[in-house]
This record gives sequence, C-alpha cells and structure tokens, in this order.
Amino acid sequence: MKKVILGDHAVSYGALLSRVQTIAAYPITPQTLIVERLSEMTANGELDAIFTKVESEHSAMASTVGSSAAGARAFTATSAQGLALMHEMLHWAAGARLPIVMANVNRAMAPGWTIWTDQNDSLSARDVGWMQVYCQNNQEVLDSIILGYKVSEQVDLPTMVILDAFVLSHTAEGVDIPDIKKVDEFLPPYKPEIKMDINDPRSFGALTSPDVYMEFRYKMQQAMDKAKKVIVEEGKKFGEMFGREYGLIEEYKTEDADTILIASATVASTARAVIDELREKGEKVGLVRIRVFRPFPTEEIIKVLEGRKKVVVIDRNISFGKTGIFFDEVKGAFYNSKGNKPPMFGYIAGLGGRDVTPKVIREIVEDALNKDKPESEIIWKGVKL
Amino acid sequence: MKHSDKDVKIKGASDMPEMPASLGSMAHNKTASWRNLKPVIDESKCIKCFICWKFCPDAAIDFIDENTSPKINYDYCKGCGICAHECPVKCIDMVEEER
Repeated sequence: MKKVILGDHAVSYGALLSRVQTIAAYPITPQTLIVERLSEMTANGELDAIFTKVESEHSAMASTVGSSAAGARAFTATSAQGLALMHEMLHWAAGARLPIVMANVNRAMAPGWTIWTDQNDSLSARDVGWMQVYCQNNQEVLDSIILGYKVSEQVDLPTMVILDAFVLSHTAEGVDIPDIKKVDEFLPPYKPEIKMDINDPRSFGALTSPDVYMEFRYKMQQAMDKAKKVIVEEGKKFGEMFGREYGLIEEYKTEDADTILIASATVASTARAVIDELREKGEKVGLVRIRVFRPFPTEEIIKVLEGRKKVVVIDRNISFGKTGIFFDEVKGAFYNSKGNKPPMFGYIAGLGGRDVTPKVIREIVEDALNKDKPESEIIWKGVKL
Repeated sequence: MKHSDKDVKIKGASDMPEMPASLGSMAHNKTASWRNLKPVIDESKCIKCFICWKFCPDAAIDFIDENTSPKINYDYCKGCGICAHECPVKCIDMVEEER
C-alpha cells in the first residue's frame, strides 16, 4: 500500500512491520514523531508491544538493553543530545551483542542550540560497535528498519538507522508500506540462543578479566566483517521480495566517470540531479553514496575509486582538528590500494542544517574539476568569512 | 566452553559465547574473602521484619520462612554492614573477622 508519510512515520511503520515487542523512549525533536506514532500504535492495538516512557535517553537505551537481553525484539529512537546521553549504554548494547535497532534522526550538536540536521551526533558514536546505515529517502528509512533487524539478529550487533532532521524526518514522501505478512516471511520472530531466563540463570556482562576481554572484542570485529556479507545478501533478498535492493554503497553513473563524488544521506540523493546536469555538459562525473558507514565498505570503495582521476567527498560533519569524517575514512580505506591514487578533495558543507542545494553541490564539483589538487585538507563550502 | 562446579575453562575466542555471559561462575567464586567485619544476628532480639533481607545489596541474606530469622550467607556476604545499619531493633552486630 502506498502512503504519503513523513520520514519519522516511515520509522514507526518500519518498527510496526518488524513487530517490535518493546519500545522505550524519551522525546526529542526531531525524533518525537517516531515514538508518538508508535505509542498510538501500541495504544490502539495495532502493535502488540510494551511502550515504556522513561526519564532520559540513558534509561531509554538501558531499558532497551534489558528487554533485548530478555529475548524481546527491542526498539528505540533518539537524536543529537539524546544520543550523546545514551552513549554509555550504546557500548553496553554492542558489547552485550544485542540486536537492537534504533533510529537516530541526524541533528547537529549543541551549543549553539539547534534542531537542524548534521551528522556529528551519530558520527560521535562511530566506535561503539553499532552498525550505521545512512538513508537517502523515506522509503529507505522504512526498509532499513526491517533490514536492520534481519541483519542484526544474524550477527548479534545493534543497528542505527539514520535519517536527516527535517529534510527527511518532517518531509512527506510517497512510501510503499509492504504487507505485514510478507514482512513476516522475510523477518521471522527473534529467537536468541542466550537470553535472560529465570530457569537458566546466568550473569550478563559480569567482570571480564584481561584473560578473555580481548577475545570478546575480536569477536565483535569478526561480527562486523560478517555483517558486510549479510547486509549485501539480505539487501538482495529484500530486493527480490519487495522490489527494492540495498547494499553497502550505491553507485550512480560511475562506469566511465573520471571524477567520483562521494556523499551520504540526502546530500547524495540531491547530488544525483547534479550528476545528471554535469553529464549533460559533458563532464564525466559519477556518484558513490555511502549507505553503510559501519561496517565500513573498504573493499567496495577501493574497487570503485581505483583508476579515477579525482575524488570529491562532501561531509556534513567535521572531526575537529582533522577533517570531514567520511573524507578521512575514504582516504584511509584507499591508502593500501594498488595503483595510482587520485587527488582527493574534502569539502565541509551544510553543518547545522544549512541547505545543501543542487547549486551548492554543483559548485563543489566544479571547484574540484578546476583544480589539479586540493589547496588544503579541508575546503569549507559556503562559510561566511 | 567447559563448565564444572569448580572452574570455567576457555581455550580462546572460538570456544566463547558471543555475549559475555557467564554460566554461573559465582558458584565457585565465593566473594566472602573480601569481608573484614562479619554481621551476626542475635535471634533472641530479631523481630523477623526482614528489612535486612530486603536491603542486602548482594542478596547474601536468605529468607527461610516468616517465622524464622533470616540467615546470612557467609560464602557471599562482603560485610558492608547495611543490614546492621538498617535493623530497627539493632540485633545485628558487626564482629571482626578472625584470620
């Protein structure tokens, strides 16, 4: 069934179709609509789940960890300061190997107080052991929640499904809402091997000596490696069942491209229009959208970038004292590849929700096309000096 | 992973569960060796209110039945003294451990 819905509500429908059993959440703009709708769904009986109002995001994730450890398919959602407050529990969820799915609406971090989009909130949680999926439209948001559980429950790591504040969260788009029976076929009920059980008592996350701690971390990395395969396999299966396929990266007109633009989230979907425009002018440019940031698609990036003349990365985020974070990661991934390394241009744009319009993206690509190599590691786009 | 009442033997990562969840290592890991002061209940004064049992942070006080004074489990009691502090009739003494 096709419906015109907000990105936030696409998340709610994704959770409904995944038949989540627990939702613990605390409101924060621009995430609130997600859990508001889920509270309605649980209240009117559409969704058979326990909805818990908690006193903070730290408690939201703590409660989600608890219910997931007890064997429930658990869900929560947050944004920015809320994600920062639950940071300790993010480590807990991943370290305890719980297949939680959480939606994070990308909102810039305060101060200055803000509610508009950028990626520094989720990227600050880069190293906690969660998978991260950056979505480009509301359909992908809904599908990624379902896929999130499908992948997480196979690799025992949590998934963060990420959507841009307002540009997706509060923007209505046509979304195909799949039939729940078909989703049931794709996503069977969650049956963990180990769970909290009063008839089979264990202690979870208890004192772990130097003797075995490192092995647990090794296993988390192995799970991330496995996830790369599982994400692609399940993305294909999803495509066969629902007509929409998903992978780690998405290529657009890259085949004969000399210059590759790399972007993520909605900036990437806007960039497609710019690629078309520049192609009409005869420029051989293509786009790579990084959909999954963790696990990082190192091999896929190397494969698509080798032999190109220029690489341009747009970051709606910054690692202070270094560069844009996607730029840094792409550069790092590429270092050990064979052959010539094309000059890589790293642009920072759209922080704190400043619009990244087709014009902005076009100017960025044209700037790179006009130069032999970047004048600095960071090129600020549109900053008023 | 092999488990017995005495010890848990682990070869390496391939032998371990995904989740750091133990198979009851507390059965052999008796934490009472930490204790310096030992709570002793004077059963003649005990009013069987079970406040000590409720407050024990280590669940080291066992409930027998409503007509019997609770029993301190000296294998796990770490001697924090919360029971003695909370007892409304002050029938729990903290006695120095003899080593």
